[in-house]
Amino acid sequence: MIVFDHVSKYYKSNVGLDDVSVRINEGDFVFLVGPSGSGKSTFIKLLIHEINADKGSIKIRGHEVTNMSARHVPILRRRVGIVFQDFRLLPKKTVYENVAFAMEIIHKPKKLIKKNVPQVLTMMGIADKADKYPDELSAGEQQRVAIARAIINRPRVLIADEPTGNLDPDTAWEIMQLLNQINQRGTTIIMVTHAKDIVDKMGKRVIAIEKGRIVRDEFGAYGYQEALENAEMTFDTIQIQRRDTSRIRFRRGGDEK
Amino acid sequence: MKSFGYTLKQSFVQFGRNLNMSLISIFAITCMMLILSLFFILVINVSTAAETIKGDYDSIEIFLDDKTTPEQADDMITDLKAQDGVDDAYYKSKEQAMAEFRDRWGENGYLLDSLEDNPLPNSVVIVIGDLEKADALAAHAEKFDGIEDVKYYKSTVDKLLEATRFVQIGALVIMIFLIIISIVVVSNTIKLTVFNRAEEISIMKYVGATNWFIRGPFLGEGIIIGIISAAISVGLTYFVYGKLVDMLGEQVYQMLSMPMVPVNFLIVNFAWIFLALGVSIGSCGSIISMRRFLDA
Ligand SMILES: Nc1ncnc2c1ncn2[C@@H]1O[C@H](COP(=O)(O)OP(=O)(O)O)[C@@H](O)[C@H]1O
Ligand SMILES: [Mg+2]
Repeated sequence: MIVFDHVSKYYKSNVGLDDVSVRINEGDFVFLVGPSGSGKSTFIKLLIHEINADKGSIKIRGHEVTNMSARHVPILRRRVGIVFQDFRLLPKKTVYENVAFAMEIIHKPKKLIKKNVPQVLTMMGIADKADKYPDELSAGEQQRVAIARAIINRPRVLIADEPTGNLDPDTAWEIMQLLNQINQRGTTIIMVTHAKDIVDKMGKRVIAIEKGRIVRDEFGAYGYQEALENAEMTFDTIQIQRRDTSRIRFRRGGDEK
Repeated sequence: MKSFGYTLKQSFVQFGRNLNMSLISIFAITCMMLILSLFFILVINVSTAAETIKGDYDSIEIFLDDKTTPEQADDMITDLKAQDGVDDAYYKSKEQAMAEFRDRWGENGYLLDSLEDNPLPNSVVIVIGDLEKADALAAHAEKFDGIEDVKYYKSTVDKLLEATRFVQIGALVIMIFLIIISIVVVSNTIKLTVFNRAEEISIMKYVGATNWFIRGPFLGEGIIIGIISAAISVGLTYFVYGKLVDMLGEQVYQMLSMPMVPVNFLIVNFAWIFLALGVSIGSCGSIISMRRFLDA
């Protein structure tokens, strides 16, 4: 269980999070939505102790995360898998080595690494890419590697900050299926997203944040208009970058309904 | 230690990837170490010389008139042995003195064969137990009858020891300075790698690598640079100093009647000192260079 208890985080002139209290149960699948700058990334950074809360307490499975000593941070990071929008793979390591790295840092025996890494790569559908380097892969494949790395040590919690943000809708949906699969095996998933269609389709718990406060927490749909506009802007930009104009028209059409 | 193999492998990978900078560092540190070894050689030779001289001159030598009889000398010895601060006093005939002289000149002793008669005087040697009393003893000896001269080298020895100390301290200061420069050189080289890999390091931290795990390969890279520099320096020192002893050893011996410290003796100490130095320079350099990237 993850518990935020009256957590606040202030930046110099901005509010990151403002008195947020929330509980996320083991095995839950939670979407974190809200407009840009509302505090979603702050929420996640607090969870992995990339930044420290100014007020309140954050507990993951009973372990206090706030004011954690630097020595304990690596241990926290190993218990919580993390996936980012920009994949963050080690560029000079192959797919296999990238995933193996997460096991090497906890001194897992080579034999076990040789057994587990191919298993996870198969599960992610990229077994044939083991010897490729990240820059030889498509965006979707890179995200699969990142997820493989995040789950190889079987963390109880998987955090994803806009994991489909750089992916086209079909690929994004494939990634969602993988996350769903991982969730069904018991892993708690917290996912930040702007993708309305995904949130609507999945029908999971949705926590909406605005100006650092939780403004809505319910099961079901994205249903947040201001955020929606933001999301579409982001989407358009990415789509244009990918020169996939047919899809943009299709999306816009869909929204006007 | 479980991950020692992994770290070692990564260290070499990193060294290779960063080969140009690594080689430049090795060059710079080798230069530093060669200057260091120059000072080491100087200090070791001067110190050894000083020790030898001190041993030689912790005594007062009373040169006797040729007319002075052995009985008179015996009286002096009896008198001296009763004095405070005297360990021993003994008679040294001119023949003994010549033999010692010949000994000291070693292979060049044949040069003395050309002398017609022995120019050296008989003498009484006082071995001083308490250096504080040396001046008083010298004055006391001056009063004996039948003596030619009293040779006491305290002031010479003092001056020599002072000069030696000066050389030692001066060399130490310069050596510390050079070591600090070496550390800065390594740390800058590695900082470059670290900088190029800042992104990678942050990713490693996200995945949960500890600082020491991340540091390992960089530390290894620094130590490899240090060890290679040390090896080159020791090798060059062995070669050059060996040649120097071959070329100059005899002349130095003739001029100062003091041998140079033999190369084989020197190099064993050098190898250990420089190895330790290389490892320390390498590891300090890399740890310093990573500080900024690993905090937070
Ligand atoms: N390092 C920072 N320094 C100052 N302000 C920050 C920093 N990070 C985030 N903020 C501010 O905190 C607020 C929340 O940011 P963030 O959590 O990144 O939002 P989101 O991920 O929802 O877009 C924003 O107003 C943002 O400008
Ligand atoms: Mg964000």
